[in-house]
Amino acid sequence: MSSSTEFEPKIIAFVCNWCTYAGADLTGTSRLKYATNVKIVRFPCTGRIDFLLLLKSFAQGADGVIVSGCHPNDCHYTSGNFHARRRWIAFRTVLDLMGVDIRRIQYSWVSAAEGSKWADLVNNTVADIRALGPYAEYQKVAEYLEKEGFDEEA
Amino acid sequence: MSKIGVFICHCGENISATVDVERVAREIGGMEGVAHAIDYKYMCSDPGQTFIKEAVKKYGLDGVVVGACSPRMHEPTFRRACAEAGLNPYLCEMANLREHCSWVHEKSEETTEKAIDLVKMLVEKVKKDKPLESIKVPVTKRALVIGGGIAGIQASLDIANTGHKVILIERDPSIGGHMSQLSETFPTLDCSQCILTPRMVEVAQHPNIKLYTYAELESLEGFIGNFKARIRLKAKSVNYSTCTGCGACIQKCPVKKIPSEFNAGLGTRTAIYVPFPQAVPNKPVIDRVNCNYYKRGACKICEKTCQVGSIEWDKEDEIITEEVGAVVLATGFDVKGTDFFPEYGYGKYKDVLTGLQFERLASASGPTFGEIRRPSDGTIPKKIVFIACAGSRDPAKGIPYCSKICCMYTAKHAMLYQHKVHGGESTVFYMDIRAGGKNYEEFVRRAIEEDTVNYVRGRVARVYEKDGKLIVKGVDTLLGGQQVEIEADMVVLATAGVANCGSEQLAQKLHVSYDPYHFFAEAHPKLKPVETNTAGIFLAGACQAPKDIPETVGMASGAAVKVAALFSNDELVREPIVAVVNRLAPPLYSTCVGCFMCETACPYNAIEHEEIKGRDGSLIRTIARVNEGLCQGCGTCVAFCRSKSIDIQGYTNEQVYAEVMSLLND
Amino acid sequence: MKIGYYPGCSLTGSSREYNESVVALAKALEIELVEIKDWNCCGATAAHVMNEELSLSLPARIMAIAEEQGLTEVVVPCAACYNRLKMTQHELEDDGKRGRVAEILKMPYHGSLKIINVLQMLETYGAENIKARVISPFAHKVACYYGCLLVRPHSILQFDRVEDPQSMDSLIRVIGGNSMDWAFKTECCGAGFSVSRTDLVAKLSGNILKDASDRGAEALIVACPMCQSNLDMRRGAINKTLAQPIDIPVIYITQAIGLALGIGANELGLKRHFVNVEL
Repeated sequence: MSSSTEFEPKIIAFVCNWCTYAGADLTGTSRLKYATNVKIVRFPCTGRIDFLLLLKSFAQGADGVIVSGCHPNDCHYTSGNFHARRRWIAFRTVLDLMGVDIRRIQYSWVSAAEGSKWADLVNNTVADIRALGPYAEYQKVAEYLEKEGFDEEA
Repeated sequence: MSKIGVFICHCGENISATVDVERVAREIGGMEGVAHAIDYKYMCSDPGQTFIKEAVKKYGLDGVVVGACSPRMHEPTFRRACAEAGLNPYLCEMANLREHCSWVHEKSEETTEKAIDLVKMLVEKVKKDKPLESIKVPVTKRALVIGGGIAGIQASLDIANTGHKVILIERDPSIGGHMSQLSETFPTLDCSQCILTPRMVEVAQHPNIKLYTYAELESLEGFIGNFKARIRLKAKSVNYSTCTGCGACIQKCPVKKIPSEFNAGLGTRTAIYVPFPQAVPNKPVIDRVNCNYYKRGACKICEKTCQVGSIEWDKEDEIITEEVGAVVLATGFDVKGTDFFPEYGYGKYKDVLTGLQFERLASASGPTFGEIRRPSDGTIPKKIVFIACAGSRDPAKGIPYCSKICCMYTAKHAMLYQHKVHGGESTVFYMDIRAGGKNYEEFVRRAIEEDTVNYVRGRVARVYEKDGKLIVKGVDTLLGGQQVEIEADMVVLATAGVANCGSEQLAQKLHVSYDPYHFFAEAHPKLKPVETNTAGIFLAGACQAPKDIPETVGMASGAAVKVAALFSNDELVREPIVAVVNRLAPPLYSTCVGCFMCETACPYNAIEHEEIKGRDGSLIRTIARVNEGLCQGCGTCVAFCRSKSIDIQGYTNEQVYAEVMSLLND
Repeated sequence: MKIGYYPGCSLTGSSREYNESVVALAKALEIELVEIKDWNCCGATAAHVMNEELSLSLPARIMAIAEEQGLTEVVVPCAACYNRLKMTQHELEDDGKRGRVAEILKMPYHGSLKIINVLQMLETYGAENIKARVISPFAHKVACYYGCLLVRPHSILQFDRVEDPQSMDSLIRVIGGNSMDWAFKTECCGAGFSVSRTDLVAKLSGNILKDASDRGAEALIVACPMCQSNLDMRRGAINKTLAQPIDIPVIYITQAIGLALGIGANELGLKRHFVNVEL
């Protein structure tokens, strides 16, 4: 289906080392195929994932983001994924209020045994984001902020 | 300007079949800060590793990226190679070109481009990498074991036999725990005390074990390898160095009607007492709550009886401090009493017993010398009913879990009853029979088939007393829900196993987590069953969840091995993937504002309060500090920190932002 | 002392003596009962097996009127009415259901009312009062029978110990009686099967009476009109199932206390029972 003219979204996946990273490894060892659009950034735990990273990703041109870690109660560090989940619930509400398109953030749990789930997650997210089109609005805001000197690192 | 070496692996054809590896090496070679980029058939092979080592030396590399398989596979390999070439191993990163790229995509332009992106990300990360040193913590090679039941006994002996010192504390006057109360044990029916007491004696005589009975943990400070335990030695009122254990005082004590804890309330003891004849140590303590002298200021008969003058009336509790490197929690469990069951009479019927009380009746050392007799009138029960799952698996009672041991001990009880009371009739009401374990199912079948115990699958709705009989009203679900009514002489409830009293407070003292039922929580339900979340504190036995003797002993030995492994080195070496709070020159000191959000986030209690003081000793600020011994490197604190003052080595904000930026800044 | 009063249908029909004794006792204890104006049937056993909205709306209307009347606390002597009102309050904690019921009633329902049974009223406002006014101690060995509806479901009613309640027993002890420990305090009497399956009622109520009688009870003390009528009115049918006929009377707790306080048998409705009361 994919043609050279079709929009290819850029998607970043923030995943934990113990479950989802290992799950994605299993997708590989199982030779399951999925779209090339997603690139993984490895973290020790989803609890480590600062949600400002998500905003930064959008500001830098990402069209979608995946956050994925261990299932509840399976966290290598006991409770990091619960912190991440709570943070996501709070963050999602705030983002929604601010006008950020929260459909572009996919929050999931993929265990080290769920190789096929990872492939599905990637393919579904790519399809969803492709349907939504490029996320230009946020980049424009970010550019404006940067120009006006609001960038946090400036 | 960085000098980074990039090494792209073909992995035979695993990567090169779908990824144009030459192109990856070529394009990465053109990146800013990349001094050297090559591709090779097998990077993990000896020649491959030699390429890396030589390049490190030749080009003076200050960072290495290997684009190969998953870092979960070969990261240690390549980091070791770098270290051998003199590069700090934490300056070596891996890009996952196999599992995350070549194996999951078809051969195409996009696949090669993705591979380039993946390597780029890691190149940018490596630029921000800092050399890290492994963390070394000294280890005090002495263990503290809390609880002197079979779990604590086994753990103590196993640790002591590896040559390390053990301090065993027990809050009761004797070690032995619940196992010493049992009559026979399933599935072999060997006598519990016969197999336990030799081990109790071994503990007392072991040169590496220091035993404190009648003692409780007051507080525990420090971290793995370096704990400081304050232990309260409760006043025994008897000088153990002179007491000969003759027992004359016990015989003369006038307060004789105190319910005996050892006999689960079925027998009595005196105020000065040894809990049971085989107690270790076999010397008495005075129960000050019930002693006439402490209550009313007069009596002292025991003092007059004692020929060696061992009674110490004015002795006070003593607090001692012991330095230990590891702690084993073996505080065991308790069982619900009959008073917990409204439907079975709120504990008001004397002949409704708990399983533990039945153990005492069946035990040769018990109040009836092993004869099954009714506590109410001393007669031998002709009909007996056992109710399994009394409280357990009952969410309405707040105990939704299975107590695990009841199916087996109920079968054993019924069997013992049939052996002891010929012509007796026993009925077991059960929900399911859970007899998983070596020879367990066979044991239950034996009770049913050879000892003709009547098993009825159903619950008992009510037990009440009428004309000296206990009327048991239940249902037989295998007979289509037919109501069953039995006039029994005795009812034994297999009451739920629950966390020992005080376990919640103890967990808080030790900073270990516990579940909603106050059982201590293991670090991982599958892979770390004896560890707790607090490094250096281990679990043994039923304090973690109800379990039987073999499982308890296995777990205790497991905990002992963990302790021994910890003690096998003089220093504890850990990966430096831990959080750090930044420190700056005065007058800033740190960007940490001391809000301690990190403390609430940390599952390991690794956040400490650091006081920054001026030259005159006045307090300037209190900021957070990470205890490297406790931190496990999850990084939850980093995401919590509002001033971005805490960061995690190996996954710093700088590093992960660099990765994200590299991906998108095309 | 002023308190709202919901008698319910039974107390104006088959169990008039319960109403009479509650009113007489309240008067003696100086508790003013303010009857809810224009009250309706609580729906009893019929409504909640037929139609959920109806079963919630009927009690809700009673409570809404009481709220409108300015009452804060209402005593409900009938155990079935008490149960229905409490259950409705619980169900209507759900916003959706509360909204729907308010729509049906066309009047607001706040759920602020405190619903109590007769035992709670006597415990809260009378125990000391009663003790001081005892003229002729109730020197009888009796079995206090609570039935199903007064204590179950415990998670919602939160009244007394569910398997072995004690509140009636302690009131009996206050008036000098001897309340015994027995096994059938909360067993079912057959309840609404009174009409359709008298044989079942005879069997179930027979078990209750037999245990009480075997243990030497001189009377059964109850706080539920349905239990009372099954154990009293169906005595003929019950006795046919028993080897030995049982003639112990079944009286309300309010009647027992009334007797101890010297209130006349007529005033307490003691003459209305099927089984003669000679206490």
